[in-house]
Amino acid sequence: MSSINSPFDKPFEQPVDSPGGRMRPVPAERNYLNADYSVRSWLLTKDHKRIALLYLFSVSFFFFIGSIYAMLIRLELLTPKGDLVQAATYNKLFTHHGIIMIFLFLIPSIPAILGNFLVPLMIGAKDLAFPKINLLSWYLYMIGAVIVSSAIMIGGVDTGWYFYVPYSSNFSNTYVTLAGLGIFVLGFSSILTGLNFIVTTHTMRAPGMTWFRLPLFIWSHYATSLIMLLGTPVIAITLLLLVFERTFHVGIFDPTIGGDPVLFQHLFWFYSHPAVYIMLLPGMAIISEIIATFSRKNIFGYKFVAFSSIAIAVFGFLVWGHHLFSSSQSVFAGMIFSFISFAVAVPSAIKVFNWTATLFRGSISYDTPMLYALGYIGLFAIGGLTGLFLASLGMDVHLTDTYFVVAHFHYVMVGGTLLAYLGGIHYWWPKITGRLYPEGWGRFSALIVFVGFNLTFFPQFLLGFLGMPRRYHAYPPEYQVLNVLSSAGASILAIGFTIPLIYLLWSLRYGPKATDDPWMATGLEWRTSSPPPTENFVETPIVTWEAYEFAPQETMKVVGKLTPDDKPDRSSYSGN
Amino acid sequence: MFLLQSPVRLLPEQASTISGEVDALYFYLWGVSAVMTLLVAIVAAFFVIKYRRRAPDEIPRQIAGSMKLETLWSVIPFIIMLTFFGWGLKLYFTMYRMPKDAMEISVVGKQWMWKFQHPTGQREINELHVPIGQKIKLIMTTEDVIHALSIPDFRIKSDVVPGRYTAIWFEATKTGRYHLFCTEYCGTNHSGMGGFVEVMERNEYEAWLSGNLNAVSPIVAGEGHFNSLGCVSCHSAGGAGGRCPTLAGIFGKQQPLADGGNVTVDEAYIRESILNPSAKIVAGYSNIMPTYQGQVSEEQLLQLVSYIKSLSPAASNGIQTTAPARENNPSTGVASPSGQGTTNPDSLRSNPLAPTNPNAEAGRGAGSTRANDAASPGSSRPNSSSSGGNQPRRENQ
Amino acid sequence: MATQTLNHADAHHDAAHDEEHHPGLAHHFDNMEQQRDSGTLGMWVFLVTEIMFFGGMFLAYMLFRASNPNEFAAGSYQLDVLLGGINTAVLIGSSLTMALAVFFAQTGNKSLLVLFLLATILLGFVFLGIKAVEYGTKFSHGTIPGRNFKVEHKKMEEYEEHHHGDAAANVDPARLQMFFVIYFMLTGVHALHMIIGIGVMSVLVFFALRNRYSPEYHSHIELAGLYWHFVDIVWIFLFPLLYLIGRH
Repeated sequence: MSSINSPFDKPFEQPVDSPGGRMRPVPAERNYLNADYSVRSWLLTKDHKRIALLYLFSVSFFFFIGSIYAMLIRLELLTPKGDLVQAATYNKLFTHHGIIMIFLFLIPSIPAILGNFLVPLMIGAKDLAFPKINLLSWYLYMIGAVIVSSAIMIGGVDTGWYFYVPYSSNFSNTYVTLAGLGIFVLGFSSILTGLNFIVTTHTMRAPGMTWFRLPLFIWSHYATSLIMLLGTPVIAITLLLLVFERTFHVGIFDPTIGGDPVLFQHLFWFYSHPAVYIMLLPGMAIISEIIATFSRKNIFGYKFVAFSSIAIAVFGFLVWGHHLFSSSQSVFAGMIFSFISFAVAVPSAIKVFNWTATLFRGSISYDTPMLYALGYIGLFAIGGLTGLFLASLGMDVHLTDTYFVVAHFHYVMVGGTLLAYLGGIHYWWPKITGRLYPEGWGRFSALIVFVGFNLTFFPQFLLGFLGMPRRYHAYPPEYQVLNVLSSAGASILAIGFTIPLIYLLWSLRYGPKATDDPWMATGLEWRTSSPPPTENFVETPIVTWEAYEFAPQETMKVVGKLTPDDKPDRSSYSGN
Repeated sequence: MFLLQSPVRLLPEQASTISGEVDALYFYLWGVSAVMTLLVAIVAAFFVIKYRRRAPDEIPRQIAGSMKLETLWSVIPFIIMLTFFGWGLKLYFTMYRMPKDAMEISVVGKQWMWKFQHPTGQREINELHVPIGQKIKLIMTTEDVIHALSIPDFRIKSDVVPGRYTAIWFEATKTGRYHLFCTEYCGTNHSGMGGFVEVMERNEYEAWLSGNLNAVSPIVAGEGHFNSLGCVSCHSAGGAGGRCPTLAGIFGKQQPLADGGNVTVDEAYIRESILNPSAKIVAGYSNIMPTYQGQVSEEQLLQLVSYIKSLSPAASNGIQTTAPARENNPSTGVASPSGQGTTNPDSLRSNPLAPTNPNAEAGRGAGSTRANDAASPGSSRPNSSSSGGNQPRRENQ
Repeated sequence: MATQTLNHADAHHDAAHDEEHHPGLAHHFDNMEQQRDSGTLGMWVFLVTEIMFFGGMFLAYMLFRASNPNEFAAGSYQLDVLLGGINTAVLIGSSLTMALAVFFAQTGNKSLLVLFLLATILLGFVFLGIKAVEYGTKFSHGTIPGRNFKVEHKKMEEYEEHHHGDAAANVDPARLQMFFVIYFMLTGVHALHMIIGIGVMSVLVFFALRNRYSPEYHSHIELAGLYWHFVDIVWIFLFPLLYLIGRH
């Protein structure tokens, strides 16, 4: 009943011969973008693809705001004396940078934009399970963003993004309550997104789309959603307790009534450490897709990569205490948390090794997304390994709260997640917009980002080991040279982020029209037109092939025990 | 001083006994990381070049995976990581297991300064003078928000948490001036909350100590508070049983509790018993002690703790230095507002086991502490002397 | 295996075709069964997040009760166990009416469905009313956490008499506040959930009156029922933990 029998069939287009011998279909007339042009049709849309675009615009906007704060921070740190802005202003700068980048950019970026767009497409569904809740989550995001922005505009917050008590509860005279409420609302946006993904993955898969045929993108997003659901409520209640304490001048974190300020840190990191994986896992999701497509190989050890995502999500909940090694936590607790922190590194290592192994005997092209993915592997390796420094108890004591930590998590968050995000945007740009971006500019800017990034953050490892503390407005003069290097790198990085913004916008109008499957990829999202119709697929696809099946199963070299039981009919296959 | 003149530094000074081992672990970690990163990078680069796409429509032969390889690259990194874990743990124990023979310096953090008091009573702000080759234990707390004391050249750091005592120790191995930072963000002037540790030769340190005026040892000051707050009327320091448990000789011992448990008497327990007496009641006594929450400052608490520790000479540490504290300041005690309790400490100490600290006899009670406090720049700020988080809030929301 | 999947999928799809015209079926679902499964799973997942939400406060409760057992017992003694008990009964009753509403939704009895939904709403309001009275008493005695926190002396004396001669009965008034911080947070957040539940239920009444529901299509009612039972269960934990620990 369905005409899609293999990834190499195109369901609803008249085939046109292309020079490469591949089928190149003519794009469908109607798609989700031109279905309706009214503002109302965008603001009240229930289409996951349009909601993804709403997120794309709002999240990108906040990314640029957050970047401006980053530039101001780096500008201030050019000289040892605090001479550009006052100390109070500087404290607000890094607080705003942190809050915007974490809560308004990194956490929603990949799941809410690419996840929203791709999860239904990849599993062959018409939409997410709860389209209205999906729209609601965007509105909650916007409401939260407006509350946070208004807190910033009427005076700002100076507590750091992590709101440690008692500074945030009893001492700071900035707009902590408002910012806390904004993040509380943003949390619900995140919960609803996670809830939608979980239910969608369970109930909306197309016929034949078994769990082990799911693209690794879906596995990672499933794991991400688990964290969003289990972690976010805890930060929500923690912030509520903080707001309570600010309102009533007394609360459970107040030592004078027997409360404990360190309890706040436990509750906060119970969410915020897993939240690191909310930012990280979707990046890994993208890398798996890109590596497979641009080396035309199925991901080496699919099941290991799939389960490593779940393992990261589960272990991620057991390691929060490694943020408190020097916070008067007991030595025994430190030992347990340190050990589990090393355990959580294993699934991450598995991913890196499997991606590398996927390249073996592949057919590797050097398109922009692949450059980002390769850069990701290198930078994530450094970010992950320096994380081990911090998991090692005795080492952490010296390095914690210094620039070493700043460098470490920027390698993971920027070198990892942000590179993956940019790679993903380039990879699915033809699908999202129906246009191709200029490849040369893409490669050029990927290179600039890579160089600028390393120049910005590598010196910070050295600064951290020297002992330069985080969140310092002024610093001893002997740290200046490394700080200047870092600031210079930041300006290169800024150029690297601006170039894609320009050419991607340019391509919307002038870019060549994209085919349905410009990369010869295997995912279901490439089996529909670019851009896809509102209903995603003209007919519900029926999946009879494995994930990343570039060549028929019979030809697959079996090294391990991953042979699928069934051998589907491959008569329509026309590759070599 | 030499350090500050050099414009670029890439490595911190190794100025304490543990810094060598921390650095060894650091370079071991970098070594392993470099090997792992290069391994992945070189292998990936090799594949990327060797298996570059040669025809637009080529489809390579597919490889499913390999159980052997997966096991290999899960187990080997994990074993390597266990070495990180073990070594880090060993260092951590070294850092946080307090030596018995350390000189104790009490530290109180407040926005935005560090206040130190030497065992002989000398006080400093944002500067800490210590002798070389002497184990030094810092017992720390804070009057307001969380701070963290960090001395990078010694590789030590610990958060300072309101309502708790934390401790770190070090032994300096090199004379010089080293940075002292607050590393837990604590408000507007966070980056200004720091100073220097001055490591001196033994004799220079002694000279420095004797050159400092108004020093009353914390034990004597604590004894003064003990009297002026009326603790003495019940907890007879001499050991003759009253309505309350005697305090002589209890430090470091196990104390049976009314609810059947046991508690080891340490700094935190003494502090808790002063601020929240009903929390852990010693077996055989009833809960009649009022709370002293809000009546004693963090510094006074630390002095009381020092005094009570001094009543247990077996457990109290070797805090005596040979340097004489200033003894020639008899007027301060008389001038103090809480001077009513400043009877001669000798008359109260009937316990023959109590240490005869040469400095202890010299002090005149709490008064001199107060007087000294008033001279410090810190007390010009309002609210600074109240403990805990009940300061008036400065919020405009 | 592939063929089986295909056959199954065909069956699935045909079934979807039969039901395609049901007005309650959203465009992106294949059939009513898929829609119902999604809704139910979604609600259960949501309730898991709710457990985590309350979990943070229960954790705080456990920690601070362990460190301040006397103060918690004394604080608990100051709560009105009679009103709390009545409220427990009211909520259990509302769970019954909610279950009956779901039953009549399944059997398609519109008038009884509306009746029991209204009964549930009414009981919800009774609960909130009693809660408001309890809060009001605390306000009038000043037993509100904050700088002006006052201990209700009559109750304190009663409590100390109750534990006459017991050394452990000496209560630190500063720490008594901790009990009330947790009491107000837990009951306040619980009451907020009740208010949301009542709002949802009112919308359901409106839809039910407009004949939205049928034995085939009533998952809204079932989901609201799950939510309501969850809120009840939270109270079943709160009542003994807050009201009964001071009375042994």
